[in-house]
Amino acid sequence: MSSRLADASARDLRAAREEDWRRLERIVVRAERKSPRALSDEDLMELPVLYRSALSSLSVARETSLDLELITYLEGLCARAYFFVYGVRTSPWRRFARFFAHDWPAAVRGLWRETLVAGGLMIIGILVGYFLVAADPIWYDSLVPGDMAGGRDFNATTESLRKTLYDTHGVSMLTIFATFLFTHNSQVSILAFALGFAFGVPTILLLIIQGGMAGAMLALFAKHGLGVQFAGWIMIHGSTELFAITLAGAAGLSIGWSVVFPGEESRLVSATRSGKAAGTAMAGVIVMLMVAGLLEGLGRQLILNDAMRYGIGVTMLILWFAFFYLPRAERHG
Amino acid sequence: MARSAKPANYAAFHREQERRVRRTLITPEGVDLSLRIADAGQRAGAFMLDFLIIILGLVALTLIALGLLFAGGIATGPAALIIWLLGWFLLRNFYFVLMAMGARAATFGKRTIGIRVVARSGARLTADAVIARNLMREVEFYLPISFLIANAAQDTGDSLATLAGLGWAGIFLFFPLFNRDRLRAGDLLAGTWVVQTPRRSLGRDLIGHKASPSSVHFTDEQLDAYGAFELQTLEQVLRSGQGESIATVADTIRGKIQAWDVNVSDAEFLNAYYEALRNRLERKLLFGKRRLDKFDRE
Repeated sequence: MSSRLADASARDLRAAREEDWRRLERIVVRAERKSPRALSDEDLMELPVLYRSALSSLSVARETSLDLELITYLEGLCARAYFFVYGVRTSPWRRFARFFAHDWPAAVRGLWRETLVAGGLMIIGILVGYFLVAADPIWYDSLVPGDMAGGRDFNATTESLRKTLYDTHGVSMLTIFATFLFTHNSQVSILAFALGFAFGVPTILLLIIQGGMAGAMLALFAKHGLGVQFAGWIMIHGSTELFAITLAGAAGLSIGWSVVFPGEESRLVSATRSGKAAGTAMAGVIVMLMVAGLLEGLGRQLILNDAMRYGIGVTMLILWFAFFYLPRAERHG
Repeated sequence: MARSAKPANYAAFHREQERRVRRTLITPEGVDLSLRIADAGQRAGAFMLDFLIIILGLVALTLIALGLLFAGGIATGPAALIIWLLGWFLLRNFYFVLMAMGARAATFGKRTIGIRVVARSGARLTADAVIARNLMREVEFYLPISFLIANAAQDTGDSLATLAGLGWAGIFLFFPLFNRDRLRAGDLLAGTWVVQTPRRSLGRDLIGHKASPSSVHFTDEQLDAYGAFELQTLEQVLRSGQGESIATVADTIRGKIQAWDVNVSDAEFLNAYYEALRNRLERKLLFGKRRLDKFDRE
């Protein structure tokens, strides 16, 4: 009597539900192979029902069956279906729009304190770089690596330096240089972010070094009476670029800060929270660096007027500030 | 339920191992999915596959750039260089991010191995977590690698710097081995972990398929010799269908339950015993008694 009862439950479950499990498996496999969009409307309607049925089968099987293969199969199937049913359902485009409209500025606003600190460090770097090189040109070589200098060093004449600021003949070469700078700067910002977990120390160093490089070059050009022109040459894209690097540094600092001073939370939870917010800001930093690369590659070759260069640089900065910090209506829904 | 806690109890050891790699994830429906953490081998395998793809991408990119250069000569040189620089940048930083955020929600390597990234909280995996997780790769992998390559290429022979680079790479490389959850630094920061979601096939049920029920009968004492753990080990032996192990296991069981007189082939004997034991244990299960293994006596 009781023997028949045991026989009934586990095997009946399989007899009654196996077809459903197979159907769910086919749908999940199709979704995994191609994409959720490859599913027909019918499949999409069926999916949640089949998923819940499989889940309840799993509960029953765990309580009544000792068939290891059956239980492992159901566990695997339920997990795969779960990630699909409760996975991300927003379309990439909507997510993209949301990133620009809300997530990115919000993440940057959340970093305002770190941004101030990072900006301060960068400015200190610039000042230190400038005064060191102004006092003794020997510092230049140690502050500006050879491949970044691109021939702009103390052996160069005033004329050749002026040429690097206004020359448009070698547009293609300069475009390469711009691309190189873009990838280089992005890598530097990613490092500034990723190294933040080491209590933010490497981030601080990176910020000061970046500032020092700009300061050293400024000192070089100033020595040849080209300081104002050089600042314009830097400004047109540098306002965007240096701001981006500052934000990356701020992202790194926020992680470092949360590791050192986790407050009420555990260090892990605290680092995770700031890490995710900083990750969003970092995606934005890459976008900013792309804009900076465009301004550098195109704008600077086409616009040779100092005032225009200053104008564009300042305008960009104002635009970024407005985009990030202007209060805006709360999103609903 | 009191369990005999023998240290040499393999079943208990096995359960402990399982408990260590399982993580609770309660679905909104209230069922625990009990996910398994991906082990270090799977992680390494998936990463190597992905890295291979990146390297292949880099080779293809270089070939395209070189092709452009040879086709157009000096005129297309800058374009080729720019394509190469930008392509490598995108490949290096966004292969993982875009693959993980794409429709299939896992990189090629992870899909092949059957693992995926999941938020530790059980909530859905968000884009910022994916970005944070993968940008950390820059420090964990690319930085020490490019450092070592640069050092080797310049042949500066600065062994101290090389050692420091190796140490740095080592810390991050072996980081997952030093915590229970196999987290790498990026996982730590992004609040994620990597779990197994393998594709399992469902074979036939081992009982209930024969036309006529087995003629072999076992006494209750004979069936009380083993518990669920042994039953499931037997299931695996039967499913693997290897003659040698079937013979060995049959001998062991015959010896244990004193059933030398049962005059059928080893496979038949094991099938009959499996069916009888499972029926008995599942019946007990219905009454709320789960016998974990042969040491588990009421």
